[in-house]
Amino acid sequence: MSEGAARARRRHLLPPGTGLGIAMLAPAVLYILALVGLPLALAFAYSLSDVKVGSEHAHFVGLDNFRSVLQSPTFRRAIGNSFIFTISTQVIVLVCGNALALALRDRFRGRGIVRFFILLPWVAPISLGAIGWKWILDSIYSVVNWVLARMHLVNLYDPPMYLGEPALAMTSVILVHAWRMIPFSTVILLAGLTSIPRDIPEAAAMDGAGFWRTHFEITLPMMRPIINVAVLFGVVFTFTDMVVVYILTRGGPYDTTQVLPSLAFLTGVLGSDLSEGAAISVFLVPILVVVAALMLRVAHRAEVT
Amino acid sequence: MAVVETRKLTKIFQRGEVGAVNDVDLVTRDGEFLVFLGPSGSGKSTLLRMIAGLEEPTAGDVLIGGQVVTHLPPRARGIAMVFQSYALYPHLTVEKNIGFPLKAHGVPRPRRAERVAWAAGLLGIGHLLHRRPRELSGGERQRVALARAIVREPTVFLLDEPLSNLDAKLRASAREELILFHRRVKTTTIYVTHDQVEAMAMGDRIVVLDRGLVRQVGTPGEVYDEPADTFVATFLGSPPMNLLEDGDLVVGFRPESLVPAGGGRTVPMKFRVSTVEYLGSERILHGFVVGGRFEGRRVVSRLTAATSGSFAPDGVHEFAVPVASLKFFDRGTGARTAPREVDWR
Repeated sequence: MSEGAARARRRHLLPPGTGLGIAMLAPAVLYILALVGLPLALAFAYSLSDVKVGSEHAHFVGLDNFRSVLQSPTFRRAIGNSFIFTISTQVIVLVCGNALALALRDRFRGRGIVRFFILLPWVAPISLGAIGWKWILDSIYSVVNWVLARMHLVNLYDPPMYLGEPALAMTSVILVHAWRMIPFSTVILLAGLTSIPRDIPEAAAMDGAGFWRTHFEITLPMMRPIINVAVLFGVVFTFTDMVVVYILTRGGPYDTTQVLPSLAFLTGVLGSDLSEGAAISVFLVPILVVVAALMLRVAHRAEVT
Repeated sequence: MAVVETRKLTKIFQRGEVGAVNDVDLVTRDGEFLVFLGPSGSGKSTLLRMIAGLEEPTAGDVLIGGQVVTHLPPRARGIAMVFQSYALYPHLTVEKNIGFPLKAHGVPRPRRAERVAWAAGLLGIGHLLHRRPRELSGGERQRVALARAIVREPTVFLLDEPLSNLDAKLRASAREELILFHRRVKTTTIYVTHDQVEAMAMGDRIVVLDRGLVRQVGTPGEVYDEPADTFVATFLGSPPMNLLEDGDLVVGFRPESLVPAGGGRTVPMKFRVSTVEYLGSERILHGFVVGGRFEGRRVVSRLTAATSGSFAPDGVHEFAVPVASLKFFDRGTGARTAPREVDWR
């Protein structure tokens, strides 16, 4: 076959412009394969092996890692904590994000500055923010305790240990993560709120609805698609996040704030047990698959309507 | 039924600017269909929104049924409003849309269903109760909005250009339906529009507004035949009234008063026709005055189909205006003045 005929045939197989399309897509595809696909495949492979940090050979061990992980009380506690952490954070974020979005919808003097300050926790690196909070909640130097002591609300010589007592530690971790997530959620909800035509709440006011009825029966249902987006993103960011837990408590005290990602990191990387760490992180997959499926459905519905 | 009254009602949007609504004193009559008519930016919608309670007045008072309601929220005023966009709740069915005002006022469920059925029946939308607003046509949406407004039998209806989203054909029939509907419920109604045909066709009285000021209040006949000033004279009527200026004098007459010369007490006028619009039931002749005091001024004549004769462009014809049809205005203020003798030569 001549070269010309081959080229003609190739052209026949691929519609014009396909080569350029492939070239433009390639970097994104490579990026996803190298940074998401490969590590994911490795995690699955490790979870079925006995590989440790520094080991030269790995052996296939079947589901042994999963069996041992499921029997570990720390792991079971981490799963529970992950749900408590994610759900509590999302509830707080939604309530605060809604309130802030409502407050920021109306024009007032200094609205720009207020918006800027509300966005700060999102813009600042989370590790810096979390280290700041670690000091704020420190057992000895806590500025919170200092203030409360001046107000005679706590005893400075026996202060609450915000990161050292199980219930307080969990609360602290949840509140700090909520602090970090609120700006993101506020921005999304504000966009949803401003997309509602002004006539609608006005009509509700004419119909006799007060603030709460208008909000819960008219505004919130109309914002539902965008609230879904905010919640799903929030769940992904929270369920897979270990920065706040790792910096504030390292999962302590006694694993009471341990969540799946931090446990996987502590076991697999710091504890050198790569295979068991991989097995723990694989447990995140089914939950995230469900969330991703929901996200795609929401996005599709938003497109249709 | 209630009477709406405004006293020196004023709204200024930005300091130092001319008010959107200035010192408006109005009193509706019980059960009346009152139309606010004006061009966009005339303040008619702002005035309506202040009566509704959606806009806080800068000064002045709103009274409904003799009670000062200026600082009461909309829901305490016993009024209902239909918005230009209809503002239906998109996530609720027609039934729940109509029932919402009742729910908000704490009407128990069985009574609510009864009222919704009554309102839907009155507007002929009983078969749509389980649809959502996006599944309805423009005309159906408008009826749902009306049903939502009447369902709790308000003392006053406010309608903000409710027909402007309908196509021309539907608009004419919706207009008639609204008139019949008002005749049946006899609720005091305030209707905002920029469409003079709507205003003339529907209003018991018309309030003509321009730049936040009330220019005239009167029946359609009064504002058309006896305009208070040059703004009203030119805003109502299509083509608008002919206004001839000379010195401090402005003489006006309607195009339909400028007709081929006949008997009676008339002012003769030579008329050079420049263009003719043939509209079936009538002809509109555009042209100029020839000779006399108003030589060269543009005037328009409107002839009904009953008027015979052909008026070719560029021809000069003997036309005349009945003396009784002449209106006189002050050139400086634009306000109506008493008739006077004019030398037309």
